[in-house]
Amino acid sequence: MTQQSRNPMAARDPGRRRVVGGLFGLGAAALAAPVLTACGGGAGADPKTVTFGSNGADATPKKAYASATDAFARDSGLTVKTNTVDHDTFQKSISTYLQGTPDDVFTWFAGYRMQYFAKKKLCSPLDDVWDKIGADFSDATKQLSRGEDGKYYFVPLYNYPWAVFYRKSLFKERGYQVPQKWNEFIALTKRMKKDGLSPIASGYGGGDSWSILGAFDYVNMRTNGYDFHMSLMRGKVSWSDKRTLATLDHWRELASYYQQGAAGRSWQDAAQSLLDKKSGMAVIGLFLGQQITDEKIRADIDFFPFPEIDAAHGQDAVEAPTDGFMLSRRPRNEAGAKKFLEFLGGAHAEELYMGVDPSNLAVNEKATTGSYNALQKKSDDLIASAKHISQFADRDSDPGFISTVVLPGLTEWLGHPDDGSGTLTKIESQRSRFFTA
Amino acid sequence: MSSAPTTPPAPQGARPRRLGTGDRIFLTVIIGIPLAALLFFVWLPALASLGLSFTTWDGVDLADIHWIGLDNYKEIFTNYPPFWPAVRHNVIWLLFTALLPTPFGIFLAYQLDRKIRFTRIYQTAVFLPMVLSLAVVGFIWEIIYNPDTGLLNGILSATGSSHHIDWLGNSDLNLWAVLVASSWRHTGYIMILYLAGLKGFDPALKEAAALDGANGRQTFLRVVFPALKPVNVIILVITVMESLRSFDVVYVLGGGVGSKPGMELLSLLITDNIIGESSHIGYGSALAVVLLVVSLAAIGTFLVQNFRKEDQ
Repeated sequence: MTQQSRNPMAARDPGRRRVVGGLFGLGAAALAAPVLTACGGGAGADPKTVTFGSNGADATPKKAYASATDAFARDSGLTVKTNTVDHDTFQKSISTYLQGTPDDVFTWFAGYRMQYFAKKKLCSPLDDVWDKIGADFSDATKQLSRGEDGKYYFVPLYNYPWAVFYRKSLFKERGYQVPQKWNEFIALTKRMKKDGLSPIASGYGGGDSWSILGAFDYVNMRTNGYDFHMSLMRGKVSWSDKRTLATLDHWRELASYYQQGAAGRSWQDAAQSLLDKKSGMAVIGLFLGQQITDEKIRADIDFFPFPEIDAAHGQDAVEAPTDGFMLSRRPRNEAGAKKFLEFLGGAHAEELYMGVDPSNLAVNEKATTGSYNALQKKSDDLIASAKHISQFADRDSDPGFISTVVLPGLTEWLGHPDDGSGTLTKIESQRSRFFTA
Repeated sequence: MSSAPTTPPAPQGARPRRLGTGDRIFLTVIIGIPLAALLFFVWLPALASLGLSFTTWDGVDLADIHWIGLDNYKEIFTNYPPFWPAVRHNVIWLLFTALLPTPFGIFLAYQLDRKIRFTRIYQTAVFLPMVLSLAVVGFIWEIIYNPDTGLLNGILSATGSSHHIDWLGNSDLNLWAVLVASSWRHTGYIMILYLAGLKGFDPALKEAAALDGANGRQTFLRVVFPALKPVNVIILVITVMESLRSFDVVYVLGGGVGSKPGMELLSLLITDNIIGESSHIGYGSALAVVLLVVSLAAIGTFLVQNFRKEDQ
């Protein structure tokens, strides 16, 4: 381009330049916007509002949380601003969420998973809250709510047991007996298969691969005992240990009776097949109840504790994950948030929650259990009778280790359950990356 | 451009006539802002990844970053079970995409360019998947592949086959199932790109070829295809890049929880290690650097060769 053509053009067209300039100004503003809003986010402290980050995005828990927060708002005069995020997304983004500008109070899980964030100082201690609510909880629950430093970081709301669920009417029609020993259990699955049922309802496709862990935890605890299981979860024992291999050997016996196509099915579809009497049993948590819409079917659902494998361990351990709340590291309204947590830990909040969501059990011992249905009562007894309570593999262990190493390994093994030691060697090769002293 | 912003017009007598102070400020601003954005949003993170790949860090406290040299790379290459399957799957992805949907897209473009009836409708139909976001494409195929209620198994069982195929769960099958979904979309993309090239093609060349007695296949392979070289280059670069960075379809069809057996890809391994509750930023960054190097090598080699040939 020559000088002559360039200069006059620019001189003749101030409008065009302004347009380009304006566009770039807009661009710059757009680029700056995230920075500005990020700054603004921290400033919204309102002494009348408590923010609450909830992972209860499904209809039932959402309604149940709402009934508790509404009651708190009425009693205290504070407003609770609930920010609900899909369960899986909430879990996946929790690290960044807690480092950014999290809500004052947020839902979380007891166990290693809570202690991890306490250790990283991404949440605040709650000893003063526990001074007020502590009397209502059992020692086991208190233990679950403390971090490794002995301080409280967690206010529990409910727990629920994992067990083997079935339909009473199906067992009655076919004359099945509830098994107590492993041999009886396997014999029952064989018989169900012969009867044209899928013996064990199973769906761990897509994002549901976690659902296989309930069976793994139980088989491992029944085979090797609670202590070994916890050492394994905390990365203190080798995964290629003979005892873990024995767990897989037992699991394989059961896995060959899993529903077909399980690796592509959602757990909800698997649960539905149990409700439809297409599957005979399911190793699942009490949250199965959230799938039930027909009260007649709810009354027909029962469970038995996971059968005994080794008499030395019997059925002494129960898997009962506990959900509850934590306080973020720099809450905008600390006083209000603690008041909210006190309320959530109280018997009244638990009753409100259980009133809407009957597939959980209140942890607070003062909460009335009068409204419990038969299944809840039985679950309560099961947990009360347990000598050991485990949480769940991804709560008792490093969740990253479970989700990126153990789960892919075990789901692949379930697809072709032959090379157990190969699978365990692969898992073991990654252990040191997650558990360093 | 470094001299542009502040230098007063004194030393160079001729320059100020061309660009006044206002021009310079204006130029600085319109070049400076995008440049700053590029540096800040692209190069800074890239270099930070490179730096972090030599460290171990959990992503929480900056004080916890520890330098460990090449350990991450050593671990990845020698002691990370999903790594080599992921590389293999990326290569399969690249070959499959380059050999099936890409030529098919070109074929469709060539056919649709021949002024057949309803060509607009066909074009729209083939291009439609491209309009949908890959996440939506993922959801559509999820419904098709569902083992119990999915379309595909429904058709199979209607035709009397009692096989219950677990399209996305079977680790020998799921990669191919996902590849079909991604190809469905890729074909339309390639078709529209090539069609644009064909529209600008000089018809006189085709006529000349016809006069020389070339048949349809010869005309395409000997005349049209070589003449559309710039478009071919773009299509090849796009195919390679899309294959190496493929992520979303697999992520959605895998349930959004990271890599699944049989569907590991480098991009998924990166997020596996970086996103989540206990992240390994250093390790994930090392994987990201591996992917970056592979991508740069693939694209770089190709472009350099291509342009060198052109220069000669």
